Amino acid sequence: MIIDRAFALKIAFGVLLFACGAMLSAVLDNYYLQVGTTLAMLCSLCWAWNIVGGYMGYPALCMISFFGIGAYAGGIAQAAGVPETLAWFVAAGVGLLFALLLGVPLLRLKGHYFAVGTIASVEVLREVANNWDQLTGGAIGLNLPIHAGSPDEVGRYFYLAMLGLAFIAFLVTAIVDRTQFGFGLRCIRQNEQAASMVGINVFKYKVGAFVLTGVLGAATGAIYASMVAFIEPKDAFNIIMTIEIPVMVMLGGMGTIFGPLIGGVSYVILKEFVWAYFINWHSGLLGLIVVTVIYFLPVGVLGLTWRDIFRKFGASKSTRPVTSDIARSAS
Amino acid sequence: MTKATTPVLELKSVSRLFEGIHAVDNVSLKLYAGEIVGLIGPNGAGKTTLVNLISGFLSVSSGDVIFDGESITRKKPHVIAQNGIARTFQIVQPFARMTVLENVMAGAIYAGHRGMVQARDKAIECLEFTKLAHLKDMPASELALANRKRLELAKSLAMNPRLLMLDEVNAGLNSSEIDEAIQMIRSIAATGITIVVIEHLMRVVTALAERTVVLHHGAVASEGPTEEVMRDPKVIEAYLGNKFAQRFAETSGVPVARPA
Ligand SMILES: Nc1ncnc2c1ncn2[C@@H]1O[C@H](COP(=O)(O)OP(=O)(O)OP(=O)(O)O)[C@@H](O)[C@H]1O
Ligand SMILES: [Mg+2]
Repeated sequence: MIIDRAFALKIAFGVLLFACGAMLSAVLDNYYLQVGTTLAMLCSLCWAWNIVGGYMGYPALCMISFFGIGAYAGGIAQAAGVPETLAWFVAAGVGLLFALLLGVPLLRLKGHYFAVGTIASVEVLREVANNWDQLTGGAIGLNLPIHAGSPDEVGRYFYLAMLGLAFIAFLVTAIVDRTQFGFGLRCIRQNEQAASMVGINVFKYKVGAFVLTGVLGAATGAIYASMVAFIEPKDAFNIIMTIEIPVMVMLGGMGTIFGPLIGGVSYVILKEFVWAYFINWHSGLLGLIVVTVIYFLPVGVLGLTWRDIFRKFGASKSTRPVTSDIARSAS
Repeated sequence: MTKATTPVLELKSVSRLFEGIHAVDNVSLKLYAGEIVGLIGPNGAGKTTLVNLISGFLSVSSGDVIFDGESITRKKPHVIAQNGIARTFQIVQPFARMTVLENVMAGAIYAGHRGMVQARDKAIECLEFTKLAHLKDMPASELALANRKRLELAKSLAMNPRLLMLDEVNAGLNSSEIDEAIQMIRSIAATGITIVVIEHLMRVVTALAERTVVLHHGAVASEGPTEEVMRDPKVIEAYLGNKFAQRFAETSGVPVARPA
């Protein structure tokens, strides 16, 4: 693990940010606590997706499969009498198994085939949840035990729980970024053949990344299910979300530590703005945002330099090679 | 040259078929520790395919590949790399969006079995050896072709290999760079690494290889001390072609026997 000053500063900044977030819970009212919880949830999902989508560069469109599996696993466990916190761990475990089950066949595919396979998993799972009435409650949905306490207390509790999970996802990302596992994923992103030539067990690494993403995604889903105390298939396996998460990470910067955070926050702000002022147009405008992000910001906000921004207005096609801190710090 | 009794690498009747065509046809070979072996033959002779078979990128249709007394015939490329076989790609395969240093680090980490920090030190050492140290922070995609070839070499060296297969690693270099490369390859071999040099530049082969293997249509057409193989009229005419023979005679200074 290479730890230099830039990295230490990043970690310190992140820890400070989360500490501030946790302290804010004492003063925020219920509305802002809810906004904060949603934001923390999206950032967890973004950090989770970033491992497979950003570091490894696989266009995984199954983030919501993990989320939904976690929501149902946690929900079913809780409905069967498992304590809430334990149910979250159960959900994370189910997420691990599911990621293995999905990853082992799908990670043999590449590019479009992989993307289509992953997005199909969302549709299949939603149908399963819709039809397996005894287990999932079918289309009617599944009720979970309601977390005891006043609305303020409950709001604060789930805000802190989500924030805690986002912090874990942040730490996992930081570790991936600096260890040979993450380095290997970056090699795989660029050239799988060359990666195996230097001795990387490409398939094992790919499955490992997929599992990390799956575990974090499922844990997020489980906390969400406990919070809303009711889940239904179209909510747990929301096809729009499975597209939105990658767009957020692209907006912020794929394969970077803070990209998911920046992307998540700016996307939520953009979306709120669009919702508030362009009620009749919002889906069209959101589509426009998505296209703009993909076209103009292939490297994300964190991948941009001022030079790129100026150049953008002249000619629009520059993907600056990503040079990392590892190399810079070695000089 | 003292040869150990057991070969580092042994090929036993290795063949590879592509849609019924023998790209590699019943090749048997032995390579010994620290020797430099030339592998030559016309375009399409099967040289690159043979490297791909040894390094596990292609599976053999029949035959056995034995490295260090152990069969690696069915092993995965990353396992073979970790066992100590490194190769460069004729069509260079850098990690384009990583820096030169990071490319070489990749070799040092996984096959070289090093932690990130030690890998960086090893990578810098390999870059100094291949004279790329001044370019270490440049993205690999911005290197000129000759330097990309050297990057392949540096990356393979960082893997701590026991066998190194160089697939036209000197193509695109100018004359003085080639002299430098020859020195480099010699000093690599001096450390005990077995080297296979695939080259179209006969000057490099004659300067480096004591022993040369000639492939033609996938099969071994001739094998022996480089001087003898080079003088073999059959090899020159039939396997290297007339033009090639002339160019070789002009540039190498090795007398060429003309067939009657
Ligand atoms: N993946 C493949 N599929 C089908 N045929 C192939 C494949 N790879 C190589 N071949 C064929 O096998 C034969 C040997 O090719 P190879 O690349 O090994 O030759 P080479 O000796 O390296 O030639 P060169 O000097 O041009 O590099 C050629 O006829 C080639 O067309
Ligand atoms: Mg070749």
